[in-house]
Amino acid sequence: MSEAIPYTVDIRPDTGLNNVKLGMWLFLASEVMLFGALFAGYILLRVGSEDWPAGNSILNVPLATLNTIVLITSSVTMVMSWASLLRKSFDKYRLYMGATVLLVVVFLVIKTIEYSAKFDHHLYPSTSTFLAIYFTLTALHGLHVIGGMAVNAYLWGPGAKMWRSAPEQFTNRVEAAGLFWHFVDLVWIFLFPVLYLL
Amino acid sequence: MTTHDTAEIDKHVRTYILVFVGLMALTLVTVAVSYLDLSIAAGVGLALLIAAVKGSLVACFFMHLINERKLILAVLLFTVLFFLAVLLLPVLTQSNAVEI
Repeated sequence: MSEAIPYTVDIRPDTGLNNVKLGMWLFLASEVMLFGALFAGYILLRVGSEDWPAGNSILNVPLATLNTIVLITSSVTMVMSWASLLRKSFDKYRLYMGATVLLVVVFLVIKTIEYSAKFDHHLYPSTSTFLAIYFTLTALHGLHVIGGMAVNAYLWGPGAKMWRSAPEQFTNRVEAAGLFWHFVDLVWIFLFPVLYLL
Repeated sequence: MTTHDTAEIDKHVRTYILVFVGLMALTLVTVAVSYLDLSIAAGVGLALLIAAVKGSLVACFFMHLINERKLILAVLLFTVLFFLAVLLLPVLTQSNAVEI
């Protein structure tokens, strides 16, 4: 009996998809509900509050705008790394995936600067309801960023050995990692105006 | 994508770059709009509309939903319905608030 996981490359006849892509999309569907519950929490807290501060009066909008630009750029380099594998150009893949990982590091550094500034001013999650939901949402998003960075760094480094032995399976892995990464970008696209600008 | 000929990939890459430019422009518009003197309802509506357009661009082109299999679209349709139901819960709570 073969020990290989089935349908990592081949298309399953009943779903018309390989299991990598379907599995990732089902996971992302559960992620939508996770963030959905927290967004609902945000709405509940905001509409129930008599005095809700404007995000830009407490948070650093220029830094968050820069982080938005960094994250969107990382989404493009991610999709370009996958397109490079389709073109059988491994060197370009390494370049784009490396750029993606570096951009993630930049995002996390900027986020750390933001958090440090808040703590320096004695602004903690316990300070106000607004800061509580701000830290909850951005920290959960930050954990996703760190998770995505770990996977991308693995696929750039040791995991890239698979390109020589099973290129199609490796390409599918990068595509799945890309789907997750674009989701992380998508969540930030909503978090940015909701927390910083409204 | 099931077939990966060079011309098709080149076309996709051009699309990625166009979407990237669009996302950058919309990010700047989002920030600019936040400085306008709008009512809360208009400000929230406009910011969420721009975010929805940006999110759709990412989902359709970077995540390739624009030419994805129906099974995935069906899964996402249910996800969106449940997501909207969850977002509606706070509104329902407010409509049934008890005066203290």
